[in-house]
Amino acid sequence: MAEVAETTQPLLERATVDELKHYYYQMLLLRRFEERAGEMYVKAKIGGYCHLNLGEEATIVGLMAALTPDDYIFTNYREHGYIIARGVPPGPVMAELFGKETGVSGGRGGSMHLFDRKTNFMGGYAIVGGQVPLAVGAAYALRYQNKPGVVVAQMGDGTTNIGAFYESLNLAKLWKCPVLFFIVNNGYGMGTSVEAGSSEPDLWKKGASFRIYGERVDGTDVLAVRDVVRRLRARAEAEGEPAIIDAVSFRFRGHSVIDSDRYRDPEAVRRGRELYDPIRKFATLLLEHGVIDDAWLKAVTERVEREVQEAIDFANNSPDPKFEDLYKYMYATPVPNTPTTEDAIRAVKINHGEFDV
Amino acid sequence: MPEMNLLEAIRQGLDEAMAADPRVFIFGEDVGKRGGVFRVTEGLYDKYGPMRVIDSPLAESVIVGACIGAAMNDMLPIAEIQFADFIAPAFNQIVQEAARIHYRSNGDWEVPLVIRVPYGGGIHGALYHSQSVEAFFAHVPGLKVVTPSTPYDAKGLLKSAIEDPNPVLFLEHKKTYRLIKGFVPEEDYRVPIGPADIKRPGEDISVFAYGLMLHYCLEAAQTLAAEGVSIEVVDLRTLRPLDTETILASVRRTGKVLIVHEDNLFGGFGGEVAAIIAEHAFEYLDGPIVRIGGPDVPAMPFAHSLEAAFMPSPASIAAAMRRLAAY
Repeated sequence: MAEVAETTQPLLERATVDELKHYYYQMLLLRRFEERAGEMYVKAKIGGYCHLNLGEEATIVGLMAALTPDDYIFTNYREHGYIIARGVPPGPVMAELFGKETGVSGGRGGSMHLFDRKTNFMGGYAIVGGQVPLAVGAAYALRYQNKPGVVVAQMGDGTTNIGAFYESLNLAKLWKCPVLFFIVNNGYGMGTSVEAGSSEPDLWKKGASFRIYGERVDGTDVLAVRDVVRRLRARAEAEGEPAIIDAVSFRFRGHSVIDSDRYRDPEAVRRGRELYDPIRKFATLLLEHGVIDDAWLKAVTERVEREVQEAIDFANNSPDPKFEDLYKYMYATPVPNTPTTEDAIRAVKINHGEFDV
Repeated sequence: MPEMNLLEAIRQGLDEAMAADPRVFIFGEDVGKRGGVFRVTEGLYDKYGPMRVIDSPLAESVIVGACIGAAMNDMLPIAEIQFADFIAPAFNQIVQEAARIHYRSNGDWEVPLVIRVPYGGGIHGALYHSQSVEAFFAHVPGLKVVTPSTPYDAKGLLKSAIEDPNPVLFLEHKKTYRLIKGFVPEEDYRVPIGPADIKRPGEDISVFAYGLMLHYCLEAAQTLAAEGVSIEVVDLRTLRPLDTETILASVRRTGKVLIVHEDNLFGGFGGEVAAIIAEHAFEYLDGPIVRIGGPDVPAMPFAHSLEAAFMPSPASIAAAMRRLAAY
């Protein structure tokens, strides 16, 4: 993990006890949610492709702690933690991973395509870089309509090598958009290291030729992430100055749950998990300062365990999406000559050999 | 009712839509101060200012992408792709994002976006200023694809497209811009997206076309009328959603089918029309379904002689009509 300077400001000047406890709880919730999601994948409750936020909990919780309800969030496909930390209960998120009707996207999207209108969560995007231009446009809309808030374009380190990223930086600066380009830099774009894929591995510098300010932050330090986002968020909102945040962290596992991670040295991965575990680090800090004690830790661990189990139970007990709804939401309004519920029923019956065409 | 060309009708439609709703804005290469390369947006920058008629960087991916994001956030953007040939960098944004967001968000987000795209050849534009791109996009559920051929339809369909909560690709044939004139009512009106329009009723052959080819077909039909053959010319107007009812009803009346487009034939839109007819009106057919389209070469070549060889013409269309009439 790339090195970042630490703050020397005393802990309790930076956050209240309640805030600190809440951040810890949220980080642990994301950790257990993802660990259990990995288990559910092995049990074939979740299929397809599934990318976990393990190791990025402080990055996510710090980001969300700094945002307001006026803000909008676009993310990439590694986004379970983001939507939960934004305030969507874990149940409908797990249900979406299971492909259930009660999922946040009605089971249509799955792991990589989580949406929630109520919290301005504008979606997970499975196409690398697909979300970045959209975020700039959404930010332009805020500016045009004179509305408060900023737009976050979350992305991985690999996304900073795609053309749409640079087109978006250019436009964001030209248009004076309140947008934050939030790079989750876990050192690897799937199996290719940042150094191997990016001629400028200091990703925060990539805005330089667009005159966009950038900053690197320790993505395993929840308060550091929160503080930098707060600062650059306020500037973006007040002055229409976009910014790049390069939050470095350590990816605990392979790119996705089915990635065997052979391109990394297993010993280095083991060591990295110990050194850069944001939750362990935060727990130590809180204990040292007497913010929490072992009894509190035990209680919050049990609470998280229960809540994640409830999310799994909710997903397990939820119905599959109805096949009649296959053609629902193709268009926002009724459209002539598009297939209907009857067509969907017919298609499924034919697939099941129930009658001839 | 004033007469105007297709370009003026589109400009008027844009102007009225912008006057009626402050959420409408235009974003594209040189659409502002220059008024667009074809001058479609001329005067709008002076009238509505730089926040609403915006000169974009030369970056199609972010032209469309930013418009999608704005559309998701309560705006009604109109993106302009300067030439259809330049749309490829935006393909990802149109197909992967605009077309799919409503569906994959389970109805949470809508994308009320219009993408205006001047297309087509016959203007000596060579390989990268002549292409027809409708087949790529008509293939994609979640998009609407509109191809007006007359000033009246262009203005009416444009207003419907701007008000539509779905992403609409609005294809304008470049050669029709100043060539095609027609009457456009002064009062506010809409032409709905979807329904085809029988531009010339007839009894012997059903011809399906759009864009510049629609006018070539009308010309050929006039020639055939003098020879005693009655041709029905159906303007498809919207390619997705396609008006299969009007198509099939026409075929059931005439029993013969000619489909004409400028785009090359293989995998072209005409294949879809032919398949629908073959599936649903087979027993009404008195002859083979005939298609005319551009030849399968990589793109429209530059030289006059080669361009002429590429473009279907009123004469080549009339010849196909004759063969079909005699079948």
